[in-house]
Parts: sequence; structure tokens; C-alpha cells
Amino acid sequence: MRRFFRRRAPAGAVLSDNRGPWGQGGGSDGGDSGGDGPRSPWEPSRRPARGGGADPFDDFLKKSRARFGGRLPDGGDRRYWLYGLAIVLLLWIGFTSIHRIGPQERGVVTIFGRYAWTMAPGVGFTLPAPISRVQHVNVGEIRTINIPDGDGENLILTGDQNVIDLAYSVRWNVRDPVQYLFQIRDIDDPNGTIREVAESAMRAAVSRVSLDDALGAGRAQIEQTVAQNMQQLLDDYGAGVTIQGVAINQSVPPAEVNDAFLNVSAKQQEAQSNINAARAYALQVTAQAQGEAAAFEKVYAQYRAAPEVTRRRMYYETMEAILQRVDTTIVETPGVTPYLPLPEVQRRSPNAPAANQQQGQR
Amino acid sequence: MNRVLANPIALVIGAILLLIVAGNTFAIVPETQQAVIVRFGQPERILNRYRPGERFGADGAGLAMRVPFVDRIVWIDKRIQSIDMENQQVLSSDQLRLQVDAFARYRIVDPLRMYISAQTAENVSAQLRPILASALRNELGRSPFVSLLSPERSQMMDNIQRALNRVARQYGAEIVDVRIKRADLPDGTPLESAYARMRSARQQEAQAIQAQGLKQAQIIRAEADAEAAATYAAAFNRDPEFYDFYRAMQSYRAAFLTRGTPDDPRGRTTIILSPNNDYLRQFRSQGRSGR
Repeated sequence: MRRFFRRRAPAGAVLSDNRGPWGQGGGSDGGDSGGDGPRSPWEPSRRPARGGGADPFDDFLKKSRARFGGRLPDGGDRRYWLYGLAIVLLLWIGFTSIHRIGPQERGVVTIFGRYAWTMAPGVGFTLPAPISRVQHVNVGEIRTINIPDGDGENLILTGDQNVIDLAYSVRWNVRDPVQYLFQIRDIDDPNGTIREVAESAMRAAVSRVSLDDALGAGRAQIEQTVAQNMQQLLDDYGAGVTIQGVAINQSVPPAEVNDAFLNVSAKQQEAQSNINAARAYALQVTAQAQGEAAAFEKVYAQYRAAPEVTRRRMYYETMEAILQRVDTTIVETPGVTPYLPLPEVQRRSPNAPAANQQQGQR
Repeated sequence: MNRVLANPIALVIGAILLLIVAGNTFAIVPETQQAVIVRFGQPERILNRYRPGERFGADGAGLAMRVPFVDRIVWIDKRIQSIDMENQQVLSSDQLRLQVDAFARYRIVDPLRMYISAQTAENVSAQLRPILASALRNELGRSPFVSLLSPERSQMMDNIQRALNRVARQYGAEIVDVRIKRADLPDGTPLESAYARMRSARQQEAQAIQAQGLKQAQIIRAEADAEAAATYAAAFNRDPEFYDFYRAMQSYRAAFLTRGTPDDPRGRTTIILSPNNDYLRQFRSQGRSGR
């Protein structure tokens, strides 16, 4: 409509200008001369009305007739009006009865308010404006509702009376444009029906699972349940909307208790590292046992071949190795035992703590 | 006649008059509205009244006629509308406080009754809102807190809907659905105590996990020790007597040889051997063979 008026305005300007493309200067058979100077026909006339052709409309019409060469017979005033009216009507009909429907859209046509039919994408024709009206509905676009809207916490009670902070989004599109337009009042309000239904369904779903499920394993299940319940509810309303999906973007414990949850995962790590250490120990112990057993068996195999010799050899080797490195005193007679070794023992004894001290200082 | 047609002012005035009359005679009833025609304040008839299961474009909506300047049209929305209840604090039967946010959806199914009893849809909403709140409080006050978080909840909603519908019918409205949008613990003590409970539950879990880890670690160690013992036993049991000797030799080396320091490799051990010691047997026998 607005576009139509904008187009019309310049046409009026051309008509009021008597030096326009059709202007011929003076009128040939009109009562008034064309040299009167331009005057808008919508300005109130300053001349007193003298009946008949004296009023400004008449004046304007005469001038206009003059522009067309004045070949029109008397009464052409009226016919010109009719032409103008016809053009206006044609434009009106053209603009209001041809509709272009985008590829994602449907056009819902109402005739005097009553639903008539739905236009598919492309160009469609309807009756002109006051009779028919076309409402464009975008059915292809998938719209998203984010809950919560901003960054705030969205606390929900879980089935085990815990609290979880959940952020999710709902994707939907229009399935039936007619129902969508006529069935629910606040359906296209982003805070309206769909959002409320989403919140209600989500809270109902979360209140049936435990906190641990809502935090992790049960998320996919919740998403599915919510989408199904929403679809069910909206179908009951006759909303003409399809829920494409519900996605939980974030499910975390509330910030207030987050530390406690982090502590749990820290303890999990700790437990795991304890177990790992035990496994390492186990490997070490069993490997050592196997090694020692294998060594024993090797030696034992040799021992079995020549028991006496091997035994003596091992005994002497061991004694040799030990006696090389220790202070050895041999006592021949049993009676001397207490006396002989003492100086030796005492000489060495004070040195030992001193050596230890030296080591400690180093 | 010619004279009239030639006079555009008369034409325009006539057209305007005609439009006014037409506008007062014909009315476009859209699919989304119901209309009550009121003559001198007296409801006359209803246009496009809601009928359950009706399809759009059947009849009802469309062009309607009335007596100009006498009949007045009262428009009443035909679509489903919602009543949003304000956030309410509700006490459950076990004395727990809850912050509840509910909504109800209704449709005017009897426009005439609605017009007589409430005049406008806003009035209907305003009348139903406190009733929704009180029905909610009554119903929730009868049940324990946990039932709000369970499938029983839908039963409660049905009860509320029934209670609300009883009142709504007086206003020509029908409740389509009642739903709890939110049921939260109120800020302050209830929320804090819930947090405290969550924290302690997590602490318990953390400790359980830790203990479980330690237990598992211990079991792993014990199993390894047992396995090692089995390995040792299997090997050494083939000749316990030789094992005794073999292990003694190892043990002597370990016990006596490791005492020395790099500065003093001779260690601190002093051994006093009796000549009767087996090691000195040959020493004693002076070249004679045998013992």
C-alpha cells in the first residue's frame, strides 16, 4: 500500500504542472487560459465559488483537458476522472493481487478474513486487497530458542532433589502455516507458547532423572523426551509447529557447589593413580620373583649335575668374598677368645661414628 | 444527475458517506476472532464461534453484515491464550517452600457468556489469574515436596485444571492446559541447605572413591605378593635343602658385604672365626685329605 502511494505522488506532480510534456501553452477551447501559472489543485481556491466550472477541481480538469489537445467533447471532464480512476484501480489490483512467495514461504490467503487456500512458492494470484489478504509464513526457516537467554544460571530441580544448571536450545519450524497463524495467540512471540512449553517439558523431564544422569549419561535421553513431549503438547494445542530437536548445550552443577564436584573428580584421579602405583609394584614384584626363581633354577640345574663340588665352590666363593672385606680374626684356642680381638675391635669402633659424621657434614 | 456527476465535491462526499455506511454494515470477521453483535447493549448474535475440531475456512469467518449505527461488534479472540501466573511461593504438605511459576492456556468457547460476565479478555485473565494461583497453592499444599518431582505431578496438574475449569466456564472460557513452568527452591536458606546437602553428598562420594581406590590398590599388591610367593615356592620347593644353602650364601653376601663405605671398603663387620669353622677345615688339616 505504501509503495503504491509513493508511486502515485510523482504522477500527480506531472499533471499539475502545465508545462509538462503534454503542455501546449494556452488552452484552445477551455474557459480559462493555461497561462495562469501552476497551482496545485489541492490548494483551496481564493476565488469565490461562482458555481459550475469556477471551483478549483473544475479549473484543474479544464486545464488537464487542454493538455490532451482539447479534442475531447464536452463532458470529457468526467471521462478523464474515470480514466484516472481506472489507472488507479488497475495499479491497485496489480499490486494487491499478484504475490510472490519465496521458496521457503507459504502464502495463507484469506478472503474477507476467511481462510481460502495456501499458496505454494512462486507467483500466485488472488483477488485484490480489501477482499483478499495474503500472509507470508516462513516454513523453511528453522528457528532457535535459547534457554536461558543470556549467561545467567538456569537452575532446575532434579529427581533426587538436587539442583542443576542447564542451558539448552530448541529448534523448531512451522509445519502448518494455517494452524500457526490462527490457532494460538502468542505463538510467534519468542517468549510465548513454545518457550513456555519447552521450559515446562524440560523441567518435567529433569525432575524424573537423578542429578548424575542429568549431568552425563542421561542427557541424550532427556533431549529426546523433551522433544517428544513438546511435540505432543503443541499438537494438542494445534500449534502447527514441528520441534526439530532439543539440544542440551551445558549441564553443570551450580557454581556454588562446583568445588565439591571438582573434588570428586580429583579423588577419582587420585584413586586411579593409587591403582596405577599398585599395578607398577605388582609388575615389579612378580618380575623379581620370576627372575629369582629362574636364577635359582639355573643354578640348581648345575648343582644337580655335581652337587658336592658346586656346593663347596659356592661356599668358598662366598666366604672369600666376605672375608676379603671384613676384619677377620682367627682364634686357635678357646680360652683366648675374650682377650685377643678386643684392641682390634676398640680401635675400629670410635672411627665408625666419626666417619658417619663426616658423611653427614658433606 | 449530470449535474451531480459533474460536481466532484458531491461525488467525493457521496463516496465517503457510502464508505462509512459500508464500513458500518459490512464487517470482516477474521479466522482469529469471534464476534458478538450487540444491539443497543443487548447481545444479538455470535459470529465465527469456536467449535471443537472445526477446520479453518469452513464457515464462520468471512464477510458479515449488521445494521449500521445500531449494531456494535465486540471482538473476542478465538485463539488459545495464556494466563501467566506470577512467581508464587508455595508451601508443600511437608512444610517445604517452593518458588512456583505456572501458566494456564485457555480459549473462549462461549463468547456470549464471556461478554456478559467479563466484557473483555483482559478481565477474564485478571479473574482467572488469582484462581490459578489459589488452585495451585491448594493442590501443592496437599502433597509432599517429592511428588512435585515425580510422575504424580501430571495428576496434580489435572486436578488444578479441573478446579480452574469450573471457574473458567462461568466466564465462557475453557482451560486447555495447566502447567508448572518452574518449581524452584527459593533463594536463601532452602537453596543454601540444598547446596550443603549436595556438597556433603559429593564429599561422601569423593571419600568413597578414594577408599575404593586404596582398596583396589591393596588388593593388587597382595595378589602380586601371592603370585611372587607362588613363583618362589614352585622353584625353591624342588630342593629345600639346597635352597637353604643357596639363600644363606646370598644372605651372607648381602649382610656382610654391603656395610662398607667407598672410603673404607672393609666395612665395620668383624668376624672371629674359630679354627673349628668349616671354612678353615683345610687350613687345619695341614694337607691331609678328609676331615
